[in-house]
Order: sequence, then C-alpha cells, then structure tokens
Amino acid sequence: MLELAIKGSKKFYGWIIALLAIVGIGFGIYLMQLGFGLGITGMSRDVSWGFYIAQFTFLVGVAAGGVMVVTPYYLHNYKAFGKITILGEFLAIAAISMCLMFILVDLGQPMRMFNVLLYPTPNSVLFWDMIVLNGYLFLNIVIGWNVLEAERNGAHYPMWIKPLIYLSIPWAVGIHTVTAFLYCGLPGRGFWLTAILAPRFLASAFAAGPALLILLCLIIRKVTNFDPGKEQIQSLAKIVAYAICLNVFFFLCEVFVVFYSQIPEHMDHLKYLFFGFHGHDSLVGWMWSSMALMLVGIILLVNPFTRKNETTLAVGCGVIFIGTWIDKGLGMISGGFVPSPLHHVTEYAPTLPEIGITLAVWAAGFLILTIFYKMAIGVKEEVRG
Amino acid sequence: MENSRRRFLEMLGIAAVAAGTQPVWNAFAAEHGSATPEPSVKKGPNELKAKQWAMVIDTRKIEKASDLEPIIEACHKLHNVPHFENKHHEIKWIWEEEYIHAFPTDPNRFLDERIHHIPFLVLCNHCENPPCVRACPTKATFKRESDGIVMMDFHRCIGCRFCMAACPYGARSFNFRDPRPFIKETNKEFPTRMKGVVEKCQFCTERLAVGLQPACVEASNGILTFGDLYDEESDVRKLLKENFSIRRKQSLGTEPSVYYIV
Repeated sequence: MLELAIKGSKKFYGWIIALLAIVGIGFGIYLMQLGFGLGITGMSRDVSWGFYIAQFTFLVGVAAGGVMVVTPYYLHNYKAFGKITILGEFLAIAAISMCLMFILVDLGQPMRMFNVLLYPTPNSVLFWDMIVLNGYLFLNIVIGWNVLEAERNGAHYPMWIKPLIYLSIPWAVGIHTVTAFLYCGLPGRGFWLTAILAPRFLASAFAAGPALLILLCLIIRKVTNFDPGKEQIQSLAKIVAYAICLNVFFFLCEVFVVFYSQIPEHMDHLKYLFFGFHGHDSLVGWMWSSMALMLVGIILLVNPFTRKNETTLAVGCGVIFIGTWIDKGLGMISGGFVPSPLHHVTEYAPTLPEIGITLAVWAAGFLILTIFYKMAIGVKEEVRG
Repeated sequence: MENSRRRFLEMLGIAAVAAGTQPVWNAFAAEHGSATPEPSVKKGPNELKAKQWAMVIDTRKIEKASDLEPIIEACHKLHNVPHFENKHHEIKWIWEEEYIHAFPTDPNRFLDERIHHIPFLVLCNHCENPPCVRACPTKATFKRESDGIVMMDFHRCIGCRFCMAACPYGARSFNFRDPRPFIKETNKEFPTRMKGVVEKCQFCTERLAVGLQPACVEASNGILTFGDLYDEESDVRKLLKENFSIRRKQSLGTEPSVYYIV
C-alpha cells in the first residue's frame, strides 16, 4: 500500500518538501544541541522540564483521543464511524511518533536510552510509560494496516485483529493515565499532586484529539475526493463538546480544592499561572487566553446551531485545540516547577533553538500523518471508484 | 601453504590481543552486566561502616556565611563541581539557603532574629525513602543497601531528569553543558562528569571507603557531625538525644537523614 503514499500531485509534493525542509533545519539545530548539551534550551536547575516534555504530554492526549472513534465503531457498532476509524488510528500513530521524538530530544544522553531496557525498573513510572507508548504505537500500526489492507482487497479484516482492537481501547486510556502518573505521584510538587490529574488529562485528550480529527476531516474533504461524512463530523463534534465541558469542570474542581483549602504549596502554582507570583507573570496572559478559548469552544460546540454549521464548528475546534494546547503544552509543566521546591521563582521560556527543534518534531509528525492519510485516502478512493 | 601460515600468524596475533585486553573486557562486562551497580571506590581495611549514615547540622554554631564557605569550598573543590555564571546551569552539591527557603513548608512569621539571619546549609538528604530512586528508570540513582547512601552512577544516567522532578529538596543538578572547562582546578582523584547527566552529593562514599569522614564534616569546625543513625552510641544519636532537631519537609514521608539542631 505504500505506493499509494508516493503518488501525488505537485501540491502534495510541495507540502512534503516543505515539511522535510522544516525537519531538516530542526535536525541541524538538534545536532547543535547534541554537541553543546541541553544548555541551549531555556530549561534550568529549577525548571528541569520544559517545552519538549510539555509537547509530549499534550500529544499523548491527541494519540489517546483516537480511541473516541474506535470505541463507538467496534464496541457499540456505530456504523457511521467505520468510515473514519482509520483516520483516528493513523492520527494516533503520528502523535505517538511525535511523543517518542520529544522524549528523545529531551534526553541529556540519548545514546544511552536503551539503558531503560537494559536495566528494567518497574518502580519507575517512566519505565511503564515506555511500555504503554510503544505498545500503543505497535497496536495502532498492526490494526490500522491490516484493516486498511482488508478494505482494499474487499475482504473482512483477519479475526486475530479483533482482540487487538479491544485491547487498544483500554490501552488508549492507559497511555494518558500513565503519563499523568509521571507527574501526580511526586511528593513536594503540589501543582501535580492531585488525583484528578489523570482524569483531567483524559478529558482534555478526548477534546483535543477529536477536535483535531474534525479539522483534518474538513481539510480532507476539501483537498481529496474522499468525504469523511457530515454525520461522522457531527458525532465527533458532540464528543468534543462533552469532553471539553468535562475538562473545564475537572479544572474547576481543582481550583476549588486548592483555593478553599488554601494550602500554600498547592495554591502558589495556580497563583503563579493565573495572577503572577512575586512579580513573575510571564504565563498569566497565556493561561487566561487558554481559559477564554476553551470557553468560546464550549459555547460554539454545545450550542446546536453553531455546532451544525461547519464553519463555526471549525472555529470551535480550532480554539479548543489551541486552548488545550496552552493549558497542557505550556502551563502544565512549567506551572509545576514554579515556584521551586525551595520556593524560589525561576521562570522558564523556550529559546529559539528549542522552538526550532519543537517545530521540526511537529513537522515530522505531520509528515508521518500525511503519508499515512495519503495511503488511507488512496485506498478509500480506489474502493469507491 | 604460505597462505595458511600467514593466516595462522594472524589468528595468533588476534588471540594475543584478545588475551592482553582480557582485564578491559572483564571491567566492561562488570560495568554492564550486573543489574545492581557496584560501589565506585574499592573499600579499604579502615572503611567506615554504618546501617544508615546521617548528618547533624548544629545551626547554633553558625553565625554568618563565612562560617559555611570553607565547608562548601571543600566539597566542591574535591568533587570537581564546576562554577557557572549562568544561574540556569548552576551545579551545587552543598550550599546555603535562608531558613524560609530551606524550610519553605514551615514558614514561621515571627522568627527569632538568629534563625532569621543565619544561613542554613542544604544538601542531599540521603532519604531513607527516596522519591528520586523510585523515579529513576535505569537505577542510575540508587540507595546503597550497605549504608543507606543515595548514590549516582554517572555512566548509566540517561539524563531524563525524572529524579530532579521527584526530589522535594532541589538537591540535584543537571549538566546542561560540558562542565570540564568550568572547573578551576581539577582533582584527578575524583571523576569529572560529562554533559547530559545528573549529579549530587554522595556523602563522600570515596572517603568513607578509606576511613575518612566526609570532606564537609572535616572542614566544618564542629558544625557538622556525621555518624550511624542506628547506632545508639554514635555521635549523631547522642546529639539528637540531647537536642531538639528538625528535618526538611518531614510530612512528605521521605525520612531525610540530615537533621538540624536549631
């Protein structure tokens, strides 16, 4: 099926070359980072995780979001989603690939990464995260590939795929739960030390993932001969609407607990993010924007008139994706490190090389996504025509 | 005939090289073969032993920053700790903090003048229940069973910095760049580190192995006392029996082994 991915129009090749160029530039910057060390980033002794780990956290969510098309189709036999499950699975593949790349670029000694396998350490959550992420990547590749190939050949997918599909559903919940456990099990980091973190991560994942999928469906309809379908998009939109409401609700639960109990170690981080702390307020504007964007998203997606209109729906999905990205890709990680365990305030901002590498990983992710989607849509066009 | 003799000689040569480098291969195999890392310094006959090493810091003997300078200097010089101008890249094993930063979860609004003004020494607490060890995905940081010291294997660390997020005391530093050009005088008896790995205080395991007290204790003029927490006769236990002491963030259950007499 790979041949389908390399036959395309001039526009298609232009897009691929543009992505490759960004990846190439970013790779060059990464070589610089490899030579100098992580000192070329904005990270510090106090804020020891930054943009890379934040993107990783956000993208685990996008990957887990794919399960929102898989579950209704395979578990509840919601036929309409049969048309787009492959898009959810391939989105998950691209997102997980980005996650793995983000972890890789964040390592101080990437050549030693296989030490995680050489000295397996079950008491470390990172060990389990490695297992669930790679497992989820593997499951989606095997399932996606076999189902698509069967569709191309006009056959039913092999039966041994079915248990893997059922397994992939709790596994999707697992990847984001384990990723939340990376943070919420650490004593002395009051911002993350909350049992609602994993549910919060999942809610924002099930909003951001399907929101991106809707946007991708709309783009696919525009640039290819394959229509993912009006009903499919509307069903996804309802999922996004519920998930984003839950996400904001969970966040407000956190706000209540923190500000009603008034325990400083828990309160200070939220104060820093939303009001500034001891005069340090570089994230305040971002955090309020995130809240505003998510609120606009709720209004546009819960209201049936704006949800059914695909233009306002697209705007709604866009603001939800950006809003959840700011929340997780920007605030969630630095917020946990400021103030530091010794109550010093060291602010964090990504540097230009750091942003360059980040963009390159995103570009590499979109390259994977483009190739897989090209293949899937090629098959769909073939079967239909 | 000629050909086979040459081959034989070649094989002999290779075999000789292999035999000659046997110790190297053994060392290599030892480093990578065992799941639990070995102590870095071979123990001598005078080795100091304990069930759990602990430190008592008598803050009554501290008046000003200059009392602590020789202590910090002794440690950082001995262990090749680099000096960076850029605060973000800072590496420190033992340093001073105000009370409010050393004990941020126990802020007392109306502190007495002395505690308010004196500098507090902070370092790795060598917790009995260390969260950093729990977090490390490669066992590069581990609690040595023989004496409870939380150690680092600089050669195994992959630089994921999970331990830094896990440590509630900010005791760990990461080599954001090559530290070697920033070491004033290199001490050849202790390894320098490379970029991309985490490091911290190790209670001078290399000195304990040859019967010496940690360098900071030796340079402290009686401010620091070092000993076995589980030996009732030890100096630290005697001090703890007679004086009221506090530990950093006790409520987290990490069981720090560094005690402060206030």
